Amino acid sequence: MPTKPTDIGTNRTGIATSPIDSQRTIKAAKAAGAGPSPAHNGHALEVERIARSRDAGPVGTVPPPATVKGMAKTLVERLQGHKPTVFIDKLGERLAFERTGTRLYEALLAKFEVAEVHAGGPTRAELEKIRDDEHRHVGILRDAMLHIGADPTAMTPGADVVGVAGLGWIQVLTDPRTTLTQCLDVILIAELADGDGWMLLTSLADALDFDDLSKQFQAALVEEEEHLMLVRGWIAAALLGQAGVAPTPPVRSV
Amino acid sequence: MSLDLRNEKGVPLERQVFTWRELAGPTYSKLDDDAFARVRVILMNGVEAEAVRFSHACARMNRDLQLPLARVRRIEHHQQTLVNWLNPADQSPLETTIGYEQTAIEVTAWVAQAEPDPYLAQVYRFGMLEDFDHLYRFSALMDRVTGQDSNNILQSYTDVRPGRPTSVEHRAPEDELRRPYNRNTASLLSKLNALTIVSAEHQVHDYYMNIGPQFADPVARMLYAEIASIEEQHVTQYECLADPDETWLEKWLLHECNEVYTYWSCLGQESNPLLKSVWDRFLAYELGQMHFVMDLMRQIEKRDPEMLIPESLPDPIKYESQREFVRKTLANEVDLRTNGPDFVPLDQESELSMEYRAQVNTDGSPSELITSDYQFTPGTELENVIVPPIH
Repeated sequence: MPTKPTDIGTNRTGIATSPIDSQRTIKAAKAAGAGPSPAHNGHALEVERIARSRDAGPVGTVPPPATVKGMAKTLVERLQGHKPTVFIDKLGERLAFERTGTRLYEALLAKFEVAEVHAGGPTRAELEKIRDDEHRHVGILRDAMLHIGADPTAMTPGADVVGVAGLGWIQVLTDPRTTLTQCLDVILIAELADGDGWMLLTSLADALDFDDLSKQFQAALVEEEEHLMLVRGWIAAALLGQAGVAPTPPVRSV
Repeated sequence: MSLDLRNEKGVPLERQVFTWRELAGPTYSKLDDDAFARVRVILMNGVEAEAVRFSHACARMNRDLQLPLARVRRIEHHQQTLVNWLNPADQSPLETTIGYEQTAIEVTAWVAQAEPDPYLAQVYRFGMLEDFDHLYRFSALMDRVTGQDSNNILQSYTDVRPGRPTSVEHRAPEDELRRPYNRNTASLLSKLNALTIVSAEHQVHDYYMNIGPQFADPVARMLYAEIASIEEQHVTQYECLADPDETWLEKWLLHECNEVYTYWSCLGQESNPLLKSVWDRFLAYELGQMHFVMDLMRQIEKRDPEMLIPESLPDPIKYESQREFVRKTLANEVDLRTNGPDFVPLDQESELSMEYRAQVNTDGSPSELITSDYQFTPGTELENVIVPPIH
């Protein structure tokens, strides 16, 4: 019985599994209609998407500031001539990302406990450190939003959209059947997006003269870059070890 | 705003038509619309699902009614489609779950207060405290698996705290049956209330049975399995409330009347113009369907449907927070249990239910597992982190 996803097993999804039946299916499809052509490459789908997008409103909007006082002290003075809601939306987005990121690393710790970790792979302490970094980033963003008079508990449109995008990540990380390496692949996507998110947020804070916030965001960005380098290294070590092309025997078997 | 049920004939069946684009039209906004707009959409989807469900059962038992049932059912199906497709795609299954539990709590709490029959009111209070607990468990699941805050959906209308613990809600079938109202003496409101709540609960049950296995997290899968089982109990409980001696046509007419009543209740309180136009249109459709069934009753049963349907409707369902009523009920009735159809103090609970519960909880309780040390915190429990102040 195979025990790893990279073992040979009974995967039945490809057409080569059924050489006779697959030919019947192909012939029936050809007999039933016109073959593929540029005109059938989803043009009608695109037309409908364009029409609906023109008519559709946004998923939602940015809420008014939590306190008028907070708004008066900070945003009105420092964001004169700008659109503060863009900054608030992105802060809310980053905050949602970091909350989910913390939960993703918690799920990853469970994966670690049952994994056969190769040399060059993560240690529990390293994973816990990243989880704690993500959690601390939640606090930084919460305080930043409060600082400028915004409500950190509101789901901004940006937060909503990253939440939708992240649903698949949560599914992979919490599925008991997925491996540590498969989950690290997903974490890599999240870390790539996270790093770019902090970079943009830092630039925005700089441009809006929020030097105090920018300094904190810059520190978070440095940590995110460290996370990215570590995750890349862990994936490479795991793949080389699993493929048997590098001398990276399991250092911790289960 | 009263509605003259005898003279408002609505839209005739042949003019109740749809196109695919209408069925899959624009949605409300998860972020910007009032939580009670979502509650109304959820409730009306449940009411329409019940219409279709009842119609199929009726058709299987009544040869002569099959064609008129099929005609109305096709419309009801499309009404349900249009209503359910008002839910936006960015509302995840877990967020929709939170909306379902809020609907169950707030609507059942209102019904419990409006219900004139003391026994039926007790049934509603009893079930409501259990859905109230489900909300707490699902909120913890959302927080701890996704890092999201259920209050983004609830909008502070509904408390998030334990009710009657889900782990003790598991009861034997013998203790889930309730006494029905009497078709000859019960008020119209009692009949409509029973239909509204069984519609909502049946929908919740079916929804959890569909989405539960789509979660990857093992605790999420167990929690949906556990709470779906309670929803099955609730459907059993609430479907007992309608008098089984009502004729099939009588039941059909009451379904149509309830659809008029619930759409009319939505229409009077809706602030979203898109939803308001749907409630307005479907109220007119339901009036047409109700008069169609009234005519059938005259023709087939030679009965006067006005004996069942009065000139006007009871007061509309109030779509507003019932926080104080829920708190009071929680304080007074959290320890109630059942023994047969009766509600009894903790120490008089039926042995059958205690044995059943001990068995299903033998290897632990997912609802207890997910809420270990959980307390609702705005912005999720991850907000409890201290960072250096901003300089």
